[in-house]
Amino acid sequence: MTIEDIIKPENLVYKKPDIMNDRPMHYCPGCSHGVVHKLIAEVLEEMDIVEDTIGITPVGCAVFAYNYLDIDWEEAAHGRAPAMAVAIKRLRPNKLVFTYQGDGDLAAIGTAETIHACNRGDSITIIFINNGIYGMTGGQMAPTTLEGMKTATCPYGRNTRLNGYPLKITNLLKELDGTCYVTRQSVHTAAAVRKAKKAIRKAFENNINQKGVSVVEIVSTCNSGWKLSPEKANEWMEENMFPAYPLGDLKDTTGDNQAK
Amino acid sequence: MAKIKGAIVVNKERCKGCRLCVVACPAKVIAMSKQVNSKGYNYAQMANEDACVGCASCGIVCPDGCISVYKVKVD
Amino acid sequence: MSEEIKLMKGNEAIAHAAIRCGCDGYFGYPITPQSEVLETLMEIEPWKTTGMNVLQAESEIAAINMVYGGAGTGKKVMTSSSSPGVSLKQEGVSYLAGAELPALIVNVMRGGPGLGTIQPSQADYFQTVKGGGHGDYRLIALAPASVQEMADFVGLAFDLAFKYRNPAIILADGVIGQMMEKVVLPPFKPRRTDEEIEKECPWAAIGKKKNRERNVITSLELDPAVMEERNNHLQRKYKTIEENEVRYEEVQCEDAEYLLVAFGSSARICQKAVELARAQGIKVGLLRPITLWPFPTKAIAKYADQVKSMLSVELNAGQMVEDIRLAVNGKVKVEHFGRLGGIVYTPDEIIEAMKAKIM
Repeated sequence: MTIEDIIKPENLVYKKPDIMNDRPMHYCPGCSHGVVHKLIAEVLEEMDIVEDTIGITPVGCAVFAYNYLDIDWEEAAHGRAPAMAVAIKRLRPNKLVFTYQGDGDLAAIGTAETIHACNRGDSITIIFINNGIYGMTGGQMAPTTLEGMKTATCPYGRNTRLNGYPLKITNLLKELDGTCYVTRQSVHTAAAVRKAKKAIRKAFENNINQKGVSVVEIVSTCNSGWKLSPEKANEWMEENMFPAYPLGDLKDTTGDNQAK
Repeated sequence: MAKIKGAIVVNKERCKGCRLCVVACPAKVIAMSKQVNSKGYNYAQMANEDACVGCASCGIVCPDGCISVYKVKVD
Repeated sequence: MSEEIKLMKGNEAIAHAAIRCGCDGYFGYPITPQSEVLETLMEIEPWKTTGMNVLQAESEIAAINMVYGGAGTGKKVMTSSSSPGVSLKQEGVSYLAGAELPALIVNVMRGGPGLGTIQPSQADYFQTVKGGGHGDYRLIALAPASVQEMADFVGLAFDLAFKYRNPAIILADGVIGQMMEKVVLPPFKPRRTDEEIEKECPWAAIGKKKNRERNVITSLELDPAVMEERNNHLQRKYKTIEENEVRYEEVQCEDAEYLLVAFGSSARICQKAVELARAQGIKVGLLRPITLWPFPTKAIAKYADQVKSMLSVELNAGQMVEDIRLAVNGKVKVEHFGRLGGIVYTPDEIIEAMKAKIM
């Protein structure tokens, strides 16, 4: 059997989702954003809900997510996406409304909006990319930057006396009565990507079923900011990020967690 | 005994050469090209075609959606 | 049924008018002297009748971004606040202007700077008409001088906002917000259906249909040439608004030798000052800008050929006076009279100021 015999439409088992368009993404090689974008696209297609989805992009590297996924989008001011999502969901309760935010956006400048949206309990989904650094502005310290981790604004490593402690905001969000599902995932291996996809699917289903706020944190790499190759960045993440931000479900009150 | 044969097609212009697919492939099918694409990246390609089982791990971890995966059962 | 005349505060009139003009959502945060807007809405519970959403946000910043989010889906949404709160909203206002979204902001002004005072003031004129937030943008600014106008301008502001895809602001002050007057509320107008919104606002982000490109609400553009064209487009739009939407009122201007220019509550007091001055034989008129932007530049320039001098009467340290001087371009003397800190002038004080400054 030749390669040509295998590469036939009927044998296709995996491809880029249709709503991820052909425009090249501006992300650095190996950036986790692309994988998460792809998962969102796959889940929206599988749920057949593209026509009823409104996404909100943040300020940060993912500001241009709206260029890559063919859905309707609103671009938020820095940190304000959850407030926008709450209003959109109230005004259009039958839409799937999600925010896509980085750690600086969600856990620094937008902390108030995040906490109050999660406390209010409107059925929105927050996709939270935590790579411990500000990517777009050139690698400055984020609220989630690990102790000792070097960034452009903590060049000698994060000193907790100077900069405070890494903010485990997802742990705070799980304590709020408005959240129904809070999970921490990653996308560094095929197995991890599959689990992250299930989490996003569940979060989007909660959205449509009006169950409350779902938060999907994706512990991610920023290999440019971390000054590592994509491969080494994944290894560094496993060794350093995962102990501080352990993967798994932090909260699930949707009632179907036994099914797993 | 039925055997699974797989193959991948890489959109080499879209590929940024991050090598995450190379790492993800359990059968060591993929290697980076010697040539570069128009952006100057070495791109992923099948180097060990026979070993591919179409598991799609490469496609799943690819951040840029460059890889299509095909799979067929051979009797 | 004949018109029903009611007695209420300006802030309450805003709330009633919002419900009646088919507003889809109000997002606010309490601050004196405008809290009655949110309080009235929460008491009426319009979600049970018209379906209008009302939400008390965690901050003015959140409230304006809720407006931004809702406006991006084509809904008729608004917020209200007072000066310090409106300062916080400026980020969102700039985004609304940049993304060309229709929305209504109400500022019931109090004295500043800083925490200032809860007493009335008109010190946010510059903030309202010169920008407020970052970037080259304009707000359509309406200045009500009565409780009736508080009610009437809600619908008007929304109409203009949607006509031009531009945020509009009602710039009132603590006097207009707090005082009770008789008012005839506008008739009930149903909220638009989702189908109507989809037709009227083809740009709205409501979920991408197969037969169109994705809709993206954004003000971001990194290509300088494209960004310049975006800005030029805004400026052309502003020019059109300047040509078509100037509104003002003239009181006894026909034979005037002196002209008072005042907006909002100051114009009400000036109206009495005109009456008293004329009883003394002083031929004075009043020009009241109703739209602060677009400013009645041409109307004021015309009076520069008629009157001997002008006095800008504002509850601030002299802000609108600059626009009057620009309009007059040195032809006649233009002076300012104001009180600060929440003190409101009497008609007699205005006449004294006229005599001292421009006669």
